[in-house]
Amino acid sequence: MGTLRLFPEQASTFAPEVDHLLYFLLTVAVFFTLVIFGAIFYFAVRYRRRSDQELPHVVHGGMALEIVWSVIPFGLTMVMFTWGASIFFRESRPPDDALNIYVVGKQWMWKIQHMEGQREINELHIPLGRAIKLTLTSEDVIHSFFVPAFRTKQDAVPGRYSTSWFQPTKAGKYHLFCAEYCGNRHSGMIGWIYVMEPQDYQAWLTGESPTGSLADNGAKLFQDLACVNCHKADGTGRCPSLVGLFGKTVQLSGGGSVKADEAYIRESILQPAAKVVAGYQPIMPTFQGLVTEEGVLQLVEYVKSLGPKPAAETSPAEGITGSTPGKR
Amino acid sequence: MITAAVQEREHYLNASYGIKSWLLTKDHKRIGLLYLATITLFFFLGGAFATLIRIELLTPQGGLVSSETYNKLFTMHGVAMVFFFLIPSIPASLGNFFLPMMIGARDLAFPRINLLSWYLLVIGGLFSLFAMLAGGVDTGWTFYTPYSTTYSNTWVIATALGIFVAGFSSILTGLNFIVTVHTMRAPGMTWFRLPLFVWANYATALIQVLGTPVLAVTIVLLFCERVFHIGIFDPVLGGDPVLFQHLFWFYSHPAVYIMVLPAMGVVSELISTFSRKPIFGYRIVACSSLAIAVLGFLVWGHHLFVSTQSVYAGMVFSFLSYFVAIPSAIKVFNWTATLYKGSISYATPMLYAFGFIGLFTIGGLTGLFVACLGIDVHVTDTYFVVAHFHYIMVGGTIMAYMGGLHYWWPKMTGRMYPEAWAKLSALVIFLGFNLTFFPQFILGYLGMPRRYHVYPEEFQILHVLSTAGASVLAVGYAIPMMYFIWSLRYGKLAPANPWGATGLEWQTASPPPAHNFEETPVVTHEAYDYSTVIGEVIEVG
Repeated sequence: MGTLRLFPEQASTFAPEVDHLLYFLLTVAVFFTLVIFGAIFYFAVRYRRRSDQELPHVVHGGMALEIVWSVIPFGLTMVMFTWGASIFFRESRPPDDALNIYVVGKQWMWKIQHMEGQREINELHIPLGRAIKLTLTSEDVIHSFFVPAFRTKQDAVPGRYSTSWFQPTKAGKYHLFCAEYCGNRHSGMIGWIYVMEPQDYQAWLTGESPTGSLADNGAKLFQDLACVNCHKADGTGRCPSLVGLFGKTVQLSGGGSVKADEAYIRESILQPAAKVVAGYQPIMPTFQGLVTEEGVLQLVEYVKSLGPKPAAETSPAEGITGSTPGKR
Repeated sequence: MITAAVQEREHYLNASYGIKSWLLTKDHKRIGLLYLATITLFFFLGGAFATLIRIELLTPQGGLVSSETYNKLFTMHGVAMVFFFLIPSIPASLGNFFLPMMIGARDLAFPRINLLSWYLLVIGGLFSLFAMLAGGVDTGWTFYTPYSTTYSNTWVIATALGIFVAGFSSILTGLNFIVTVHTMRAPGMTWFRLPLFVWANYATALIQVLGTPVLAVTIVLLFCERVFHIGIFDPVLGGDPVLFQHLFWFYSHPAVYIMVLPAMGVVSELISTFSRKPIFGYRIVACSSLAIAVLGFLVWGHHLFVSTQSVYAGMVFSFLSYFVAIPSAIKVFNWTATLYKGSISYATPMLYAFGFIGLFTIGGLTGLFVACLGIDVHVTDTYFVVAHFHYIMVGGTIMAYMGGLHYWWPKMTGRMYPEAWAKLSALVIFLGFNLTFFPQFILGYLGMPRRYHVYPEEFQILHVLSTAGASVLAVGYAIPMMYFIWSLRYGKLAPANPWGATGLEWQTASPPPAHNFEETPVVTHEAYDYSTVIGEVIEVG
């Protein structure tokens, strides 16, 4: 049966923060529970009915009392709100130097891709002390990436990218759960997070034999899907060049603009007609069904590697497109 | 069923006989009893599903039923309990019976619509029952897309149609209550003389009328998406699965208040009657019901903190969620203050009222945890949330419902229930409830996700405690079922006003005549003026 614990392990920088907030709320909750229970017990005994003919004096409500017991709890809840919102806000802002990892949920497994090309299923190996940023999506229904020891949880929603980040503080092996009900084997969609000492992590990285980095694989897909025929690097193709695209603001035909982020690139691959770059015709066919979510992520990573943000750690795939990707 | 002694006087139960006199009745009291029977059936059906769930979770491996079956069990438990028990529970049974009597009316404003609303619940219930018998449904009671629209191959449409039809039952009841309270109050029954149960049901009716149509729209969209693939929720067709969650919770969060506001109304009656004092801060308690009804519409996004909703939307919804906590807290403080210098009786309904305040306090305070962004990211979709809402819905609503049922049983049936058995079962329910659901708070914070058929071994001890509690709870619910039936024949005859209560419903005979009052009552006092009902008095306090 295992031993009885009351609190989960703390293994990320967020874990102690969330727990401290919990202790505050617990204190408030226990205090009010004791006040209410105590008052009910005391009054129930002290003022118990001794004769059926009893008629108590009417005690009129006092506005002062009503205000006191509205304002004090309200003040406390505002502390809870502010404290909780500040943690939440930081949880939504991954640091720039975070290690990017891509996660695709599907019934019923977690498929994980590392930047260097390593792939894992239902396991995630990460180095201790380094901020980790997850970009999540789903191939089918909604899933949720939940690591209790990190106190983080983020839904993986089909059709969009979401992010989650954490910085592990303790080496070890931690539960990964799917927290959003996703069908028959929902409770089987679990796995392990391995937080490793940096040198062990390096050994693990080299021990795996990846088939090329994520951007490399993206570059290969870019070739195989014949994207390169139109998206020529020098801008002479029928479609806009993708060099230096990532992170820029793109002017759209019909007015408006959009920031070229992961979601925009994904949408442009799967629903090309949704947002067409100004000056170009909506001639691109959809790649829905032709490329997997993992493949899309590889393509996204390839586009990122073409700049201008120094997102990729490996050298972009020169030669394949004949471009000069370093141009910034 | 009715003995000779009672038969001498004509009342609503013996005014006419035969199955037709019930199925075609326009008497709000009989319709209240029809509802009572219907929701009791669904309560025990939902309870049977819960029993199987708890037995299954005794062991981590999931050996009793398959995952498919387990997923159907928790879905059907939720559907039966939420849509066919909790939402109709207090308003449709006790409210139907007593709201007109408490304002001194002969019936509801639209007696035929009232009967229609019961038929709609039955038809909706039969749809859902059919779905359950035909093979069940496995989406969870929340029907999240795209699982429900594209991936589930169970009876989603039949179940959803059942809920759609039952929703109109709820709308019609709400409409009836609103019109009745506005137009059919007895002479002298001003708004601020209304019993708080009426205020609470009035506030509930506003939510039923304004919120339930959104559920209907959502179900129609779900239907269109699943059958015609219109592309509103399915991302492959260009839809947005999270949009469904917004629509669903726009109704289903206010629906929590449909479940709990009438319970608060019952508790106000019980606390006042059994401490023989007007509710402390009557007007504030009345207005807090309206405040909850209005604010309840502004907080739905707190169900979506980790579902890719914008960070700023999350903050706004967290902030607003704390606002709705305040009127609930005000009620708890005012009920407690009412006890001060009262004349407190420990009759069974009061034990349930005490239980309600205690459990609702815990449920409400843990609501502060789940409204808190930093904590909710960790506890959402875990057993912490399961425990929290069971404290509100079972610890709150069902405790109050049981309290109300005991309180008004003598009026409804003309019979008293056996007091000792009733007190015992109230205690058993309170203890069993806490043993069932308190361990789930710990389970949730430890990280046990909800809707898990198989779970890691380290969670087993807490699951075993929970299942042990559930078996105690089941006994606690079975005892009243038996003595209530027993009392119909063997219970002591009930006087008109066994509790010394002030409501107009106690000023007529038990059971009441078919037209409620021999002559229209005229109200000359504030609500809860006990000097009017106690003859010779000993002043205390």
